[in-house]
Amino acid sequence: MTRRYFIGYFDHEDDILGVSKAVCKAGFSVADVYAPYALHGLDRAIGLAPSKLPWVCFLLGLLGAAFKVWFEFWTTAQDWPINVGGKPWNSLPAFVPVTFEVMVLCAGLSTVFAFFFVSRLWPGKKPRLLDPAVTDDRFALVLEATDATYDPRLLEGIFQQFHVVRVEERVEERKV
Amino acid sequence: MATVYSELRRPLIRGEKSTGEVTRDISLPLERAPSLGWWIAFLAAFSALSLGVAAVAYLFSTGVGTWGLNSTVGWAFDITNFVFWIGIGHAGTLISAILFLLRQRWRTSVNRSAEAMTIFAVICAGLFPLIHMGRPWLAFWMFPYPNTRGSLWVNFRSPLVWDFFAIATYFTISVVFWYLGLMPDLATIRDRLKPGLRRTLMNFFCFGWDGSYRTWSHYETVYKLLAGLGTPLVVSVHTIVSWDFATSVIPGWHATIFPPYFVAGAIFSGMAMVLTLMILVRNLMHLEDYITPDHVDKMCKVTLVTSGLVGLAYATEFFTAMYSANRHEQFIFMNRAFGPFGWSYWIMTSCNLLVPQTLWFRRIRSSLGAVFLVSILINVGMWFERFVIIVTSLHRDFLPSSWWSYTPTPIEVATLVGSFGLFFTLFLLFLRLVPVIALSEVKGVLSYGRRLKQGDEA
Repeated sequence: MTRRYFIGYFDHEDDILGVSKAVCKAGFSVADVYAPYALHGLDRAIGLAPSKLPWVCFLLGLLGAAFKVWFEFWTTAQDWPINVGGKPWNSLPAFVPVTFEVMVLCAGLSTVFAFFFVSRLWPGKKPRLLDPAVTDDRFALVLEATDATYDPRLLEGIFQQFHVVRVEERVEERKV
Repeated sequence: MATVYSELRRPLIRGEKSTGEVTRDISLPLERAPSLGWWIAFLAAFSALSLGVAAVAYLFSTGVGTWGLNSTVGWAFDITNFVFWIGIGHAGTLISAILFLLRQRWRTSVNRSAEAMTIFAVICAGLFPLIHMGRPWLAFWMFPYPNTRGSLWVNFRSPLVWDFFAIATYFTISVVFWYLGLMPDLATIRDRLKPGLRRTLMNFFCFGWDGSYRTWSHYETVYKLLAGLGTPLVVSVHTIVSWDFATSVIPGWHATIFPPYFVAGAIFSGMAMVLTLMILVRNLMHLEDYITPDHVDKMCKVTLVTSGLVGLAYATEFFTAMYSANRHEQFIFMNRAFGPFGWSYWIMTSCNLLVPQTLWFRRIRSSLGAVFLVSILINVGMWFERFVIIVTSLHRDFLPSSWWSYTPTPIEVATLVGSFGLFFTLFLLFLRLVPVIALSEVKGVLSYGRRLKQGDEA
């Protein structure tokens, strides 16, 4: 199957935010935007759902904390109880600091690994670079030419309003 | 939500830079051979590191007797250095996590190097508990793993075990946070290079970053989450360090004020170290447009506030000793100020309370030379604060017959010098290997590219 992409390159942050909003309004769906830094407000402009990674952070943090409380209880009160200064076997308040640290460690690491997983990033991955300048100073708006609404002339018109630098059409062969 | 840009607020980055100019300014030093100044600094730092390595090698081969410790003063230089270095690290996390959550956009110019400082300071800190163990090769016993001794587990009620977990977590999360911030910038560097080994390496380390907005959107979320986790983490780390002292029954240590006192002191000393480093980096790397007097001014204000907090803690300690009607407590505090180690107490108070008062004056804050001097003095003062807390509380214990003194041996001094060598060696390598300014963050706060003065969204 071949996929056709329509790409517009822009130089300014205002332009990329404006054009993304305009093409969405005109009924096109944005495949992706490439940017050298995180643009604020773009997710709402192109209707991107908020990331679900906070759930990973919360659940794995909770799991780490729960495991650690159990582990501290098991080692100090069950497996080999040792009398330390007459303190109770199950010294729950004294377990709080380590539990907190383990919770932060589990939550933080799992969130980062989940991020690598959902964004498909791994060491040495071959990048799909549209243009080497998208990591420097250029923004790229990518639309997929699929449905009947696709009209290159209408799109170019919108692009022109936002000072487009270059327009490109790409055809990619992909196995389905 | 519309953001309003004030006309009165000066731009964070000077010189009306375009995004491309930022990339060029920050990447060029990495693509050139190091300057003479860098080589001189590196050789000095590396010599200090070598001295430290020799001192530690001698310590390991001979024993802890090479230090000036005795059975009364069992903790001195080692733990002083440990608390000093771990405190230095805290300002990095303050800048990277707490100021991020507080939407302080000026942090973008300094956060990369402040976070690097955190990591290197924690490495230096971690070495001291390790080398002051009598048998450092058994350090892994701190970790609760199934073993052939029972299994004999670690004592989870002990602050020393809490400390191990706190430092390990703090180090790991700081490295991950720093590395995450670095990934988009490594991609920028990669795309400036010609195909070859360096480019392949950069691509390896930036995980094939391509600037897709879907990735950016997740990235921002992860960054926010890590900042949210880092904020309580940094407070917990120095709280736990203070518990190493506060949970004991030594007068001068056994105080509930210790956690906030230590956290404020940590941020105070760390901010001073950030100022020292930033002023050096600004001159060494010619980053005058990126680290402006405005940045220095803001950091001076943080330093001034934390100096006030530390001063309040000093006063509260004395008041508590007086009000407690506990003779041991009262004696220890009088002895701190007027006893045999009184000189160290007065170095501490003058460097930490009097010297920072000069920062009330705009003229001092805007003079980089003066700020540099103040920051060095604060570093000295904060090192002495830990020395005062540890040594003066120990050298006069409950039994006058066991009162003793403490003098550091040359081996201990060499180890301290070596830790500075390690810190600066790592920091100088950092300046050469990765972008010293967070490119993708600074690009987001440029005034260039925003035609509208009011509101991001028309």
